[in-house]
Amino acid sequence: MFTFRGVDFLDMDSMLSDQEKLVRQTVREFVEREVIPHIEHWNREGQFPRHLIEPMAALGLFGANLADYGCAGMSNVEYGLILQELERGDSGLRSFVSVESSLVMYPIREYGSEEQKEKWLPALQQGRAVGCFGLTEPDFGSNPSAMRTRATREGDHFVLNGEKAWITNGTMADIALIWARADDGIRGFLVERGTPGFSARDIKGKMSLRASVTSFLSLQDARLPASAMLPGARGLKAPLACLTQARYGIGWGAIGAAMACYNDALEYAKVRKQFNDKPIASHQLVQERFADMITEISKAQLLALHVGRLKDRGSADPAQISMLKRNNVKMALDVARSARDILGANGVADEYPVFRHMCNLESVFTYEGTHNIHTLILGERVTGIPAYGS
Amino acid sequence: MKIAVCLKQVPARDGVLRLNADSTWVREDDVSFEINEPDIYALEEALRLKEKEGGEVVVCTLGPERAAQALKEALAKGADRAIHLHDPAFQNLDAYATARALAAAIRQAAPDLVLTGLQADDDGFAQTGVILAEMLGWAHSTIIMEIQAQERALKAKRELEGGWFQWIEIPLPAVLTIQSGINKPRYATLKGILAAKTKPLQRLGWKELGLDEEALKPRQKITKVFVPPKSGKVEWLEGTPREIAQRLADKLKNEARVI
Ligand SMILES: Cc1cc2nc3c(=O)[nH]c(=O)nc-3n(C[C@H](O)[C@H](O)[C@H](O)COP(=O)(O)OP(=O)(O)OC[C@H]3O[C@@H](n4cnc5c(N)ncnc54)[C@H](O)[C@@H]3O)c2cc1C
Ligand SMILES: Cc1cc2nc3c(=O)[nH]c(=O)nc-3n(C[C@H](O)[C@H](O)[C@H](O)COP(=O)(O)OP(=O)(O)OC[C@H]3O[C@@H](n4cnc5c(N)ncnc54)[C@H](O)[C@@H]3O)c2cc1C
Repeated sequence: MFTFRGVDFLDMDSMLSDQEKLVRQTVREFVEREVIPHIEHWNREGQFPRHLIEPMAALGLFGANLADYGCAGMSNVEYGLILQELERGDSGLRSFVSVESSLVMYPIREYGSEEQKEKWLPALQQGRAVGCFGLTEPDFGSNPSAMRTRATREGDHFVLNGEKAWITNGTMADIALIWARADDGIRGFLVERGTPGFSARDIKGKMSLRASVTSFLSLQDARLPASAMLPGARGLKAPLACLTQARYGIGWGAIGAAMACYNDALEYAKVRKQFNDKPIASHQLVQERFADMITEISKAQLLALHVGRLKDRGSADPAQISMLKRNNVKMALDVARSARDILGANGVADEYPVFRHMCNLESVFTYEGTHNIHTLILGERVTGIPAYGS
Repeated sequence: MKIAVCLKQVPARDGVLRLNADSTWVREDDVSFEINEPDIYALEEALRLKEKEGGEVVVCTLGPERAAQALKEALAKGADRAIHLHDPAFQNLDAYATARALAAAIRQAAPDLVLTGLQADDDGFAQTGVILAEMLGWAHSTIIMEIQAQERALKAKRELEGGWFQWIEIPLPAVLTIQSGINKPRYATLKGILAAKTKPLQRLGWKELGLDEEALKPRQKITKVFVPPKSGKVEWLEGTPREIAQRLADKLKNEARVI
């Protein structure tokens, strides 16, 4: 373990306000003190650090970029910096905050009834309740439009049937936002823990995001009052809008994981000596790796900050956010693999964080739209021709 | 209770330091800055006293433009207002002149208690707090580990040598210099960071403080800063394992003084 000093080759800090730097600093300190000393243990044990929910809520991290209902009302750039610092600690922790903020609080804020907002937003913001987002199914991941989960209207109730898979926070959640096909298209439902017919169990044997809970959800004749439906969410574009929020944050988070790997590889290479008692950092091939890593991290930082500023102006396009997610997660995975190589055999042990980040990033590469899916979104955007089914 | 906390912004710990061209200080454009560690504990102690006893926490720093960030951080953590002593005439002050400027600001703010860090992580003088107290003519005590508020007085625990402690009673107004580690400093919350924007941050130069420039002339000058020269001395101990262990223990105890 080496001291983390941040990575800022292009003096990006000169483009951040004092307030933005303070936001980053407070989360960096939190992660440094509360996460870094314990994360390898949690990861090894496959444990999510539940005890951090309360202090993270006290900091204001849940729904940080939303307004009202107790939320902090930070900018999108500040939200991005928060997620970057969390993922410097661990992608699992960042995933937790992403799901809470972008996939549960955001849709309730955006599509919920006043009653739903008042019931859930303060509770989620204060960490008194945990949420999850159920879109993916065992048979439908990249193509959620073909989902099988159904919501059938029976008087003033809905009856839900179906299976959801790979749901972050599933077994921990007090409230599950379930996307299901109703007569009038895909709709979102708030399913409370304990609803008869609704159950969750964890997916075991994950080699990635081990410090995060991932679950199967099952709905068998789960009866919900009609008031459980999000009135404003109609069609697949609603969950996709949530994903756009989350993908934006992931584009920043990935930089955090890359910075952690780069930092440790650099410090390691300066002290590890091979051949003529020279630090491996002095070998040309190793320097090439660092030149590539720092260039890619810097480009990713520029991209994230620029898209963040666009988003704060209200003009970020979902395809631009796809570019951010696609580029930055791939970048982080490449940096993690390079860093892993530089650590030699030590790179495969959890004495260093690099292998953990590398494995985590495999999930990040897949969720929130796989790398390929973002390729197709960009392809469609520039050619005007959708190629998903071809 | 009205409490003033004096903060200093210093080069970040664990930063990679390089000397400036004339070897009188580190190259400041190389380093990032943070609040001096003991000062963070002083701020936390002040915030806790305020939460218990009521009152106000005023934070004060003397430093260049960038030092305003330290004040904003303190405001974000819960200080009520901030004073930034900022003036071209305040460059390269020694502890004495710094204390003189701080004393002028403290007199204007008129707190019941001043907390400073025990010492600054950069120059390690451990002087500013005590000189400040002398200039104010207030009671003072150093290396404080715990504070209990009483009627117009404080009980404070001091760290002595060799693991000993001492409880003292000290009348107000007073100046205490705080030891690191005495509490668990809070994080700035996002709401605190937003709230800091609307809190008063006052800037004072030497004129507003009623100082004359002459009084700020340093009495002390850093003539040279250097990295301790590395001595690559290796000593081989020979003999049986028992003899080697005995001589090694002897050397660690009496030469290196580490055991
Ligand atoms: C740790 C973890 C947590 C998750 N959390 C959640 C959650 O909280 N909520 C939720 O709803 N989901 C969650 N997911 C699920 C995630 O969103 C899906 O895994 C993802 O959408 C991909 O779906 P899939 O796994 O079914 O892969 P598939 O869709 O089967 O894809 C498999 C491969 O085929 C490629 N592919 C598919 N279609 C095309 C095409 N047209 N052209 C080219 N290539 C294609 C993909 O890119 C991929 O490489 C999580 C996943 C993981 C790993
Ligand atoms: C699971 C596992 C099992 C193993 N089993 C065995 C075993 O049974 N027996 C055994 O003897 N060993 C074993 N090893 C050790 C393995 O052979 C070494 O890890 C390998 O030789 C690399 O050495 P290193 O880990 O010390 O890395 P280092 O030599 O420190 O290399 C670190 C990085 O520096 C680079 N580098 C080093 N020198 C140069 C240079 N001159 N120019 C450019 N780049 C350079 C490397 O490519 C690498 O990226 C095992 C390793 C692992 C992970």
